[in-house]
Amino acid sequence: MLANELFKKELKVINIGLLSFKESLDKEGVKTIQIDWKPPATEDEETLDALKKLLGNK
Amino acid sequence: MAVKGVIKKGEYYDSVSLMLVAREATKLNGVEDAALMIGTKENKSILESSGLLIEEFKGASESDLLIVVKAKDELLASTAIQKVEELLKTKNLGSRESEEYMPKSLEGALEILPDANMVIVSVAGRYAAREAMKALEHGLHVMIFSDNVPKDKAFEVKKYGREHGLLVMGPDCGTAIINGAPLGFANVVNRGDIGIVSAAGTGLQEVSCIISNAGGGISQGIGTGGIDVKKDYQGMSFLTGLEALIDDPETKVITLVSKPPHPEVLEKIGEILKKTDKPVVAAFLGADPELVKKIGAIPAKDLEHASLLAVSISKGISMEDFEKEIGRKDGELKELASQLARKLTGEQKYFRGLFQGGTLVYETQVLLKDILGGINSNAPLDPSLKLEDSWKSVGHTAVDLGEDEFTVGRPHPQIDFELRNKRILNEANDPTVAIIYLDVVIGYGTNPNPAEELTPVIKKAREISNAIIIATVTGTDKDPQDKAKLISMLKDAGAVVFERNASATRLAGYILKSIGG
Repeated sequence: MLANELFKKELKVINIGLLSFKESLDKEGVKTIQIDWKPPATEDEETLDALKKLLGNK
Repeated sequence: MAVKGVIKKGEYYDSVSLMLVAREATKLNGVEDAALMIGTKENKSILESSGLLIEEFKGASESDLLIVVKAKDELLASTAIQKVEELLKTKNLGSRESEEYMPKSLEGALEILPDANMVIVSVAGRYAAREAMKALEHGLHVMIFSDNVPKDKAFEVKKYGREHGLLVMGPDCGTAIINGAPLGFANVVNRGDIGIVSAAGTGLQEVSCIISNAGGGISQGIGTGGIDVKKDYQGMSFLTGLEALIDDPETKVITLVSKPPHPEVLEKIGEILKKTDKPVVAAFLGADPELVKKIGAIPAKDLEHASLLAVSISKGISMEDFEKEIGRKDGELKELASQLARKLTGEQKYFRGLFQGGTLVYETQVLLKDILGGINSNAPLDPSLKLEDSWKSVGHTAVDLGEDEFTVGRPHPQIDFELRNKRILNEANDPTVAIIYLDVVIGYGTNPNPAEELTPVIKKAREISNAIIIATVTGTDKDPQDKAKLISMLKDAGAVVFERNASATRLAGYILKSIGG
């Protein structure tokens, strides 16, 4: 969806991180889903990128 | 005194939630200090410097939550820790206890909200680009609040967004207003026909608030993060935002806000402006107005000027009437300045600005440059004016408290007032200080009760010193904090209060000019 089409739609948000951002949007009546995000088990970006490539998922 | 702590293995909470619980913990019976932190190296060194790093914390990892309390005795410390654990649960801060189901992945979220169209990412910088890219690949627009995103990753997400016509607001984008919804640190403003693209977070807040308070309204407020208009990123997010506003039938006037963009970026903005008849006001703070005219935009001197210009155009007010009104206001400022200056002693000559907002500290330096010749800062206009030690003011000083040296392991200064409050009293104790200058940025995401945080400190500063305290409030009547009450409390405490940083800065400039600063 292009940006100017977004402006014609109802904003619906997925929030990853600070819960207070979801709470603000709740108060303003904006539909928002919070993701239960946790840091990935592996810290190693390169390994993760390599793994993704192996799995064929760029 | 007893220091007790526990490690919660594998528990993750965001930094603002943890700060709020830590605040409540320090109010508990017998508790002197309390901290809740994820077990990163930086956090451990912060705990160590406050004498809160107990032995068992040393082996903790980034996936652990550390809770520590310093209290009068062992029993009070143990009771406080128990209470903290309850607070964490009852506040639904984690996820497992939450009544509302929280999916673990973007795909899971899209099953519940299949027509989602925006993703806000505020996780630690090194993970942020990965989450943003996943969202973009699903065709979603993103706002990346996180900073410290690696350069190559930031470039990658911006490039993907540009190529696919998706908004990539950020990294390091603090503020956006999309379809009337405040995202991140943002204010509740009137809706209307003025669209904003801003590479400056507090700049977007200041401009949208002044427009709204002056009776205008905002169609969209698109943030890009400050780095976007630098050479390396070629304004990729800025240009997509600008094109979207040009195509948006609800937007009649466009306002651009930024520090001066790189010449190549400016040229690209000019190319896009050729395609529109919509009036475009540009506040490229400190940029040569002739260059701004050349690209087909109306140059504004500062954020206030840009906002009021946009409102005037939107309402069809003639430029002549507009300029007349600006001149009248300026006359009033000069008169007030000469009244205030009379109260100062001969020894008092320096300006000390303590800022929460990065754009506002920049704007103030731009406006005072001509009057004072130069202001020392941790984020100076000219590298030769860089403060040797950000914690110590020298001569005229304007400090950006949102810079890294102040925020490692701490929430943003718009949330956490503690550091600035201490600094206000330091400045008050310096007999050479003439003006203590403060910005107070309200709205969603920021401290819920700035009046309570700030007014006792202003009162105390007034007891120590007769320096003039100038405060400028960025906000609207619709923000969750009560703006009118905040302003009246600041005035009662002894501050001179404005709602526009440029006017407040000009007042400071006129005062300093009249005392020969």
